[in-house]
Amino acid sequence: MSISHTIPTYFRVNIDRDYCKKCKRCVTHCSYGALSFNGERIVADDSLCVACQRCVAMCPGKAIRVVQNESYLPPHGNYTRRIRNIIWAQSGNGGVLLSATGNDRPIRVIFDDLLLDACQVTNPAIDPLRETIETKIFFGRKPQKLEFTIDEKDPTEISLKTKLMPHFEIDMPIMVGHMSLGSISYNACMAIYQASKELNILAGSGEGGLHPDFYEYGDNIITEVASGRFGVDINYLNKTAGIEIKLGQGAKPGHGGHLPGEKVNNMISQTRMIPKGSDALSPYPHHDIYSIEDLAQLIAALKEATRYRVPIGVKIAAVHNSAPIAVGIVRGGADFLTIDGFRGGTGAAPRIIRDHAGIPIELAIASVDQRLRQEGLRDQVTLVAGGSIRYSADLIKAIALGADVGMVGMPVLIALGCRVCQQCFRGLCSWGIATQQEYLVKRLDIDVARNRIINLFHSWNEELKEVLGAMGIDSVESLRSNRDRLRYIGPNPKIAEILGVKHAGE
Amino acid sequence: MIENLVLSELEKRKAIEIDAAPDGIPLIYQDLNESIHEAIREGYDRIVLNNVCGQRFIAASLQGDLELIINGLPGNDLGIFMDGPKIIVNGNCEDHAGNTMNDGAIMVDGDGGDVIGLSARGGKIYVKADVGYRVGIHIKEYENKYPVLIFGGIARDFLGEYMAGGLIIALGLKFLPDGSIIENEQSICGGELGTGIHRGKIILRTEEDLEPKLGVGAKLFEIAPNTRKEIEPFLREFCEIFNIPYEMIGKKPFKVIKPISKRPFGGNYCGQIV
Amino acid sequence: MYWKNYTILPEQFRNERVFDGCGISGYINIDGKRDYGTKVIDMLCILHDRENGLGAGFAGYGIYPDYKDYYALHFLFDNDPSKEKVLKHLEETGYIIQSEAIPTKTPSNVDHPPITWRVFYEPKEAKSISTDDQIVNLVMQVNERFDGAFIMSSGKNMGVFKGNGWSHEIANYYKIADYKAYMWLAHSRFPTNTPGWWGGAHPFNLLGTSVVHNGEITSYGTNMRYLESFGYKCTLFTDTEVIAYLFDLLVRKHKMPIPIASLALAPPLFDEIYRMEKKHQIALKNIRATYRSAMLNGPFSVVVGYNDTIPTMIGLSDRKKLRPLVAAISEDENTIYLSSEEASFKRLMIDDISSYKFREIWHPKSGTAIIARLGDGLLRNGLEKPFEKLKLSVIGA
Repeated sequence: MSISHTIPTYFRVNIDRDYCKKCKRCVTHCSYGALSFNGERIVADDSLCVACQRCVAMCPGKAIRVVQNESYLPPHGNYTRRIRNIIWAQSGNGGVLLSATGNDRPIRVIFDDLLLDACQVTNPAIDPLRETIETKIFFGRKPQKLEFTIDEKDPTEISLKTKLMPHFEIDMPIMVGHMSLGSISYNACMAIYQASKELNILAGSGEGGLHPDFYEYGDNIITEVASGRFGVDINYLNKTAGIEIKLGQGAKPGHGGHLPGEKVNNMISQTRMIPKGSDALSPYPHHDIYSIEDLAQLIAALKEATRYRVPIGVKIAAVHNSAPIAVGIVRGGADFLTIDGFRGGTGAAPRIIRDHAGIPIELAIASVDQRLRQEGLRDQVTLVAGGSIRYSADLIKAIALGADVGMVGMPVLIALGCRVCQQCFRGLCSWGIATQQEYLVKRLDIDVARNRIINLFHSWNEELKEVLGAMGIDSVESLRSNRDRLRYIGPNPKIAEILGVKHAGE
Repeated sequence: MIENLVLSELEKRKAIEIDAAPDGIPLIYQDLNESIHEAIREGYDRIVLNNVCGQRFIAASLQGDLELIINGLPGNDLGIFMDGPKIIVNGNCEDHAGNTMNDGAIMVDGDGGDVIGLSARGGKIYVKADVGYRVGIHIKEYENKYPVLIFGGIARDFLGEYMAGGLIIALGLKFLPDGSIIENEQSICGGELGTGIHRGKIILRTEEDLEPKLGVGAKLFEIAPNTRKEIEPFLREFCEIFNIPYEMIGKKPFKVIKPISKRPFGGNYCGQIV
Repeated sequence: MYWKNYTILPEQFRNERVFDGCGISGYINIDGKRDYGTKVIDMLCILHDRENGLGAGFAGYGIYPDYKDYYALHFLFDNDPSKEKVLKHLEETGYIIQSEAIPTKTPSNVDHPPITWRVFYEPKEAKSISTDDQIVNLVMQVNERFDGAFIMSSGKNMGVFKGNGWSHEIANYYKIADYKAYMWLAHSRFPTNTPGWWGGAHPFNLLGTSVVHNGEITSYGTNMRYLESFGYKCTLFTDTEVIAYLFDLLVRKHKMPIPIASLALAPPLFDEIYRMEKKHQIALKNIRATYRSAMLNGPFSVVVGYNDTIPTMIGLSDRKKLRPLVAAISEDENTIYLSSEEASFKRLMIDDISSYKFREIWHPKSGTAIIARLGDGLLRNGLEKPFEKLKLSVIGA
């Protein structure tokens, strides 16, 4: 590449020479190779910096600032810097641009346009610290009705006749989204599973199999059967609270997966059950599912294989016609249904798909919930929604729109130290999260990480209770689908109409 | 019937027969499979299923040293997630047999459907005659696990798509109703052969030019002597099971399809910060 | 101020739900003896500090013994054309046994009353749908789609009389004192932020189920959307409606025993459930899981009258006991009373003609149903644990 075609860097690493002790700690910690010591002083190659802030955090002299590179291009409101950069990158490389995390385009967030209701006078608010507010959820399928019979001779003899279906209880309406060992590190997985067990919430295994060390957390893990079937064996199916068939992912609907061979080390090889160094490719579709009746077949197969002990669910990306798809999935026998919005995260996805495919989760929840109700199916399934639920406010609004459980990914990683540099696919994560390199993984202390996740979700649940209390509701079950308690303040009344939410002031 | 061949080693097994269509009415798959599980709980390790008619998920996730003999037509997902047992089918089988199988064997004395052996990690799937589309898709290998799929007849398009390990062999024979065996005149495979293959090999017994049929990332080789030696025991076993004279096998050459590289699409992506 | 439209909430208020503070009363005579309405009027009117003159109503069970086999449809009409339209529809879809004005006080003691009408009716038999469900559909259809018409009640041998005014005004207007019933429900209203409208007064009724309610259901949105998925249409802009429909769904359609249905509407806390024996845990967890959207949240106390099978009166308050409910039993144990305040019972005791006597007055526990049934007496006194007095078995547990 000739010099005239280099892309202007986004970041600039400023080192304050007065503070720099030349200890070279920053050089050791920069996994992207942006910092080096030239014999005299620390020098930075801005073009390699991803602004992960590891050097800033680790510098004992607080000498480093990573700042935005302000001196760059003539301004243009249409050909933004990003658009120009994309063109330069592609004309230099000829490849599909990769990215990680979720959609980073500044598209208006519908959650932010929703306001919550609170009690005044006609009903009392509840003090969540002093009175019980329940956030427990039953995960799995429910019958449409329970059949009780009364003995004809003795009316006090009542029997419950309905055959009960497999479901289990979680203490908060929260599930940590599916992130496989491979996309994130062993330490990150371990911290998530330990925290999930401690909190009695759910965590997804991702599609990379389940390391034997994680079996003991199986009661809180939903294992995933994706098109690659990595690590899927009878242990994987049995040592789990539930199984999810992954049909799609919000960050990359209609796209498969690809863990490059260089990341497949001994441990990844062991959990995915593929040889070391071999690519782990997830085909775009499941090749035993070309139609809805085939999905019903795989759901039934998993139920047969697990002898009907655990709930079997399906995850789809939120796309234009999610609602009828969802109905088909539920009719196909799914016990729970996960919808992942267009802002959902990923360890690696083509930027074109991450940034442009799918629909917002808020609209998907509303339309799926509504359609399932029209078909009389809604209350029989657990509806999990994610992508992206950033903080408790989003979780609460997602539930009020109709979700049973909020699926959360990025906030967990951010809690562990992720600075959202979006370079997960390179496997160089300096915080030890999205990497398999041992020296980097070690940087993430499992105990510290676990406690940070516990703290995070504990605070979310307390905030959920605060809101429930303010609404005069003492169980999260009575918030679900209670769109009456939401109001819309955004610019587009059509959104309010789809959400089934009134405008503020109405 | 394959049954007779293996009887000798089965003498010590505790056998039970299950009628999959009592009073002429086929059981639903839930009930049939539950009766198999019940038989296993009672200690039977040789289970003969008669009058099977399209029931799905037979032997799903079964483990251990068991033998199932299926007289009739098993439905989709035969032996899905299976880990060890041996299934003998006296007849054809439907789609997805051996789906995500970990170990064990499925021997089909007839034709197989589409997507046979999807994502299988280990075990053997032997089909006497022809198979359909996308057979052996994404089969893998791991440690001592090495899936082997052999078909006496021909296969259709997308054979060995995404293949990530193991061995697929097709012999290109034709089995006539009178029991005689001749060379199959149809092409041994369809198009997009081994597309996306990144490990393992596909071995086809044919003289035809396979070059135009190769999928992305697949490359054609002449068979090396050590490869020929490597597959010899599998071929002998296959021929013995299905009563094929072993001499027939030598009458045509073998061709091998292997991946161009472990990373067929490595250069397709770019991680530039934009 | 009055509203020309009695049968639907005026347009400008439709986005708002009516939040009420209220007085509720009711009683049932176990032996089926029918009392004049004077007694229930006394019980209700003493609670006048709970009302502000914007709505009251009564439900009497056993008032139409001569027509007990027919659905008694009580209507409000804005005008004659809307009445004619509905009556024509009834003629087409079934048999009108009797069609007449509901007797009212003349001259009227309330301002600008609507047309109050009743029809004893039998729908034409249909193969695919029960007559009960036909009536439910009729009620949903008339209340949603027939302009200027509203069905107040649709049960057999019972009727709801309600309107805009103080409780004593409504009682006088409908001549409640002239009706004889073995079970009476009554309600007086204190709506906060919308005008009273005739259809929006309590009791709310569907078939044999009538509900009087004090409080506000904070789970309204959840309950409403749940009911809609079973074909109910919530058109009345008030939360009480959902209680009537939930009761109809659980008891009539899902055939749940009433004590079990009350556990679905106001289930025990999980902490309590975990302290129970295994079998009860399984049953309650499944009730909570299956009927999670039927659970009523927020402050409420309700009295429900029911006569689709054996006539029954049920009292229930929310599980945090945010709204009052008091129960009493007469000295001869033949009459069970419920009310917002004990004053209702005291009012009967100081009645110089009858001087009623009570064996016991008590406060039912929060979230615990009190159930009294014709012929059987007090089945549950509202003090029991969830499955006390019941022999529960769970198949497969």
